[in-house]
Amino acid sequence: MNLSILYDSLALIKPEIAISIALILLVLFDLIFHHDKRIIKYIAGISVLVTFYFVYEQFGLRGFSFQTDNIDLITNGMVAVDGFASFFKVIILLSTVFIIFFSNSSLEIQQSNDRIGEYYALIFGMILGMFFMVSANDLILIYLSLELMSLSSYVLAGFVKIRDRNSEASLKYIIYGSVSSGLMLFGISLVFGLTGTTNLLALKTFLLASSVNPVVFGFAIILIVAGIGYKISSAPFHFWTPDVYEGAPITITAYLSVASKAAGFALLVRFIKVAFVYQTDSDGHWVMLQIFDWQTLIIILSILTMTLGNFAALWQNNIKRLLAYSSIAHAGYLLLGLAVLSDQGVIALLIYFFFYLLMNLGAFYVVMLISDKIGSEDIHDYNGIGPAAPFLGVALTIFLISLTGLPPTAGFIGKLYIFIALVDAKMIAVAIIALLNTVVSLYYYVRVLKHMYLTKVEEQRAQVNISAWNLIVALLLLIPVLVFGVYFSPIVDFAQACNSLLSGI
Amino acid sequence: MNGFPILSLITFLPVVGMIIILFLKKEQANLIKYTTLVVTAVQLVFSIILLMNFDYSAAGVFEQGSFQFIDKFRWIEIKDISWLGTVKVDYFLGVDGLSVPMVLLTSLICLIATISSWNIPHSIKGYFALFLLLDCGMMGVFVALDFFLFYIFWELMLLPMYFLIGIWGGPRKEYAAIKFFLYTLLGSIFILLVMIGLYFSAHETLADGSKVFTFNLLALMDSANYTSDGILSPFNPGNLRFIAYIGLFIGFAIKIPMFPFHTWLPDAHVEAPTPISVILAGVLLKLGTYGILRISFPIFPEITRELAWYIALFGMINIIYGALVALAQKDFKKLIAYSSVSHMGYVLLGMASLSATGVNGAILQMFNHGTITAMLFLIVGVLYDRSHTRGLNDFGGLANQMPVYTGFVTVAFFAALGLPSLSGFISEALVFVGAFGSEEIRTLTIISTLGILLGAAYMLWTLQRIFFGKLNEKWNQLTDIDTREYIMFIPLTIIIIFLGVYPSAMLDIMNSSVNALVEFVSTGLSNVQLSGF
Repeated sequence: MNLSILYDSLALIKPEIAISIALILLVLFDLIFHHDKRIIKYIAGISVLVTFYFVYEQFGLRGFSFQTDNIDLITNGMVAVDGFASFFKVIILLSTVFIIFFSNSSLEIQQSNDRIGEYYALIFGMILGMFFMVSANDLILIYLSLELMSLSSYVLAGFVKIRDRNSEASLKYIIYGSVSSGLMLFGISLVFGLTGTTNLLALKTFLLASSVNPVVFGFAIILIVAGIGYKISSAPFHFWTPDVYEGAPITITAYLSVASKAAGFALLVRFIKVAFVYQTDSDGHWVMLQIFDWQTLIIILSILTMTLGNFAALWQNNIKRLLAYSSIAHAGYLLLGLAVLSDQGVIALLIYFFFYLLMNLGAFYVVMLISDKIGSEDIHDYNGIGPAAPFLGVALTIFLISLTGLPPTAGFIGKLYIFIALVDAKMIAVAIIALLNTVVSLYYYVRVLKHMYLTKVEEQRAQVNISAWNLIVALLLLIPVLVFGVYFSPIVDFAQACNSLLSGI
Repeated sequence: MNGFPILSLITFLPVVGMIIILFLKKEQANLIKYTTLVVTAVQLVFSIILLMNFDYSAAGVFEQGSFQFIDKFRWIEIKDISWLGTVKVDYFLGVDGLSVPMVLLTSLICLIATISSWNIPHSIKGYFALFLLLDCGMMGVFVALDFFLFYIFWELMLLPMYFLIGIWGGPRKEYAAIKFFLYTLLGSIFILLVMIGLYFSAHETLADGSKVFTFNLLALMDSANYTSDGILSPFNPGNLRFIAYIGLFIGFAIKIPMFPFHTWLPDAHVEAPTPISVILAGVLLKLGTYGILRISFPIFPEITRELAWYIALFGMINIIYGALVALAQKDFKKLIAYSSVSHMGYVLLGMASLSATGVNGAILQMFNHGTITAMLFLIVGVLYDRSHTRGLNDFGGLANQMPVYTGFVTVAFFAALGLPSLSGFISEALVFVGAFGSEEIRTLTIISTLGILLGAAYMLWTLQRIFFGKLNEKWNQLTDIDTREYIMFIPLTIIIIFLGVYPSAMLDIMNSSVNALVEFVSTGLSNVQLSGF
């Protein structure tokens, strides 16, 4: 590799470089100012803003960083820089901003304030891993970035050591995580053995030109999907999710449920689109290689995921656990967008993800504020909290209604776009199953509302007051949920503009 | 009235009221109540102004030119490179003869329900805020002419209704509230699917000649707009219109509520506080039948003709079944709830006749049922407030104890059982005349007339059990109705008597629209091969 290629490549990965520098700065400042940790969060915040700027600068740019040899005159490389990756980088950065806000007011995190430098350094480690995940165009990089993200998140899941549950969460996460990444690595090695390449574009070229044993290849693909499925907590690889979500600090739970899921989805979409889509027809539907039946696999996974998530959530009494199962169900809806195997499906997925970020983080934030005040996450302790905390009650109601997907909230628009894509692809039966799932999900979301407002409480609850700062952060999530529910053109425009995935077609 | 956005005003005035209430303090209970009262009163005044400026000869239904008080502008506009062309959603409100009676009914019932809510026990701020949101949702459904907008208003009602039943309701309120929520959401997912399917099946031609997919209800009614390969396009040989029609119908039938989807209604009614029962029976049930008339009939005329007999069959089942179950009730409120099931059956029967007389009767019945049943629930509320029981067998001889009350009750009961010179008679008679005229459903009509007999039986028996006979000593402290209750009863009584002797006042409003609708449904898409049977 000559130096000019390296120079060109570095220019394309400025956001990643910024995150790496921030990571080093966080560690350094943590060492230097070990008496006063207040500065750490500002460094984290500013670094995110700077990275935002670099991501913004990259919009519209299309190209590969760390180029390898061209294939049929199409440039190829390790790291793809395109609108699709930028969209997910925005999602990751936005959720990071909110997580910094959340951590600032979280009781759990404040109690571990002496290790706050470590906390943010690990979060930035995750960001770096996720940034490479969303643009990885090579199986090796996919594996490395996935591991980078996972290792940071294993530690973060057990960051607070107040209860036994915390360490349990971390341990479970590591064990399940290592098994699934082992499986994935095995899948990757099989693919390499069959095709002689790890590059996704080269993989497609190989599959177009020569034949491979479909059984072994299919087996390898399923192993790789298992690794990714673990990250997006899709059934049947979801077992870790409820325990980890319940045991991890709530800020990290929220982060895992949005950012790391986003990275996993980006990875899966890119993997399928680059390696298996042979061309796109005029309606935006993908023409797939015959070697592997992606559609059936994803439909099965998504229906399994949403049904399991929704039904398991019906019996949950811990509200974090309930939200964990709800996030599993949402992974199912998101997978539907991919199952369509078309550009409109991916756009629907992007739109849904943006709204999912707002409503899911919002729900976690309000739950965190309430739980910190009442010292419990049990749904029965939420009895009568609605009148006692008027703003938080209304906010949680709106977030939950949005998660259910009822108008006039953003969640409805997200679901609407998914269903539009499904109906357009004539997958009516799948759409009906998904809609029936929505009805099931209503029951457990409304169950929270029931406890907050309907259940009689013996004595009047003490008023729950929140600071102005908490109010502002909650409004930052709440207002978009309502506004995008009735005026959603900007997000749809944004998602459509970002649907430019470097796939060689 | 040109250019004055009176429909938007009527629809969103309650939201303005809600925002004002949210900024008031909890302790300012009276201010909150008066705000709601003023808002609903102004809404009624605007509705009456609307009626006074309404052109009775313009038909509407499927033609934008003859809709009145149109508010239309582009709401969502998404330019796209490849997929779906351009996405456009209009904010499109307008009224014709089908919706004006419903707009009047909604604003009237909301005002009366506000007066009836005066003594709500706790959380007054939350109650009236949700009440006004509900008002906005209901009104919006009746004036929206864009499917997307219609759906948003349709769903907007669910959450306020859930809380209104769930927080201020009776002992089993939690069960009743969630049952209502789940049932209606189940219905609306079918509506949503059909909405998306229709969207992909029809184009609307814009001013600049370009064609885009559309949610515009009027464009969806015009068969010329359908593409040749849309899944709900009549010109696609493998279309799914038949299944879609049934899905849409179930979605609306749950709200009516039509047998066998009616089981949420008795629970919801019994547990809901009186004003909410009034709204539920007075307005909410009409949304289902209105939806069928506004959307199912004109968009799927060929299937409507094909399935008219089944609609009549379910109408008949509703009439007879509702009446029989009402006969067996021991709870006053439950009895009224089942009488609603029975009375909504007449609406279905009238619609299924597909004749001008029958459909006129059906819409008139919607209005009349709205006023009569609202009054019946108020009557139950008055008695319950005083005695804290609704058992029919706990009373007796109240006629002497509460003479004025008994007078109002008698009017409402006789209107409900269809006594001539009261409004219920006219609409039921029109429904039967219209339905009898259609040979296809004549047998069903004849069986349905049994419902009148059964209706008279349960109403008169109830009257006897509560008001005649010997007074139970327990109740000799009961007072007759007070001024507030007079204010609620008198307007409803006047309307019931007035429409009983001069029904043309209401029929003239809807007549041209009904004729146009019937004409449209009986001839629309007659050249299309039906598929999917």
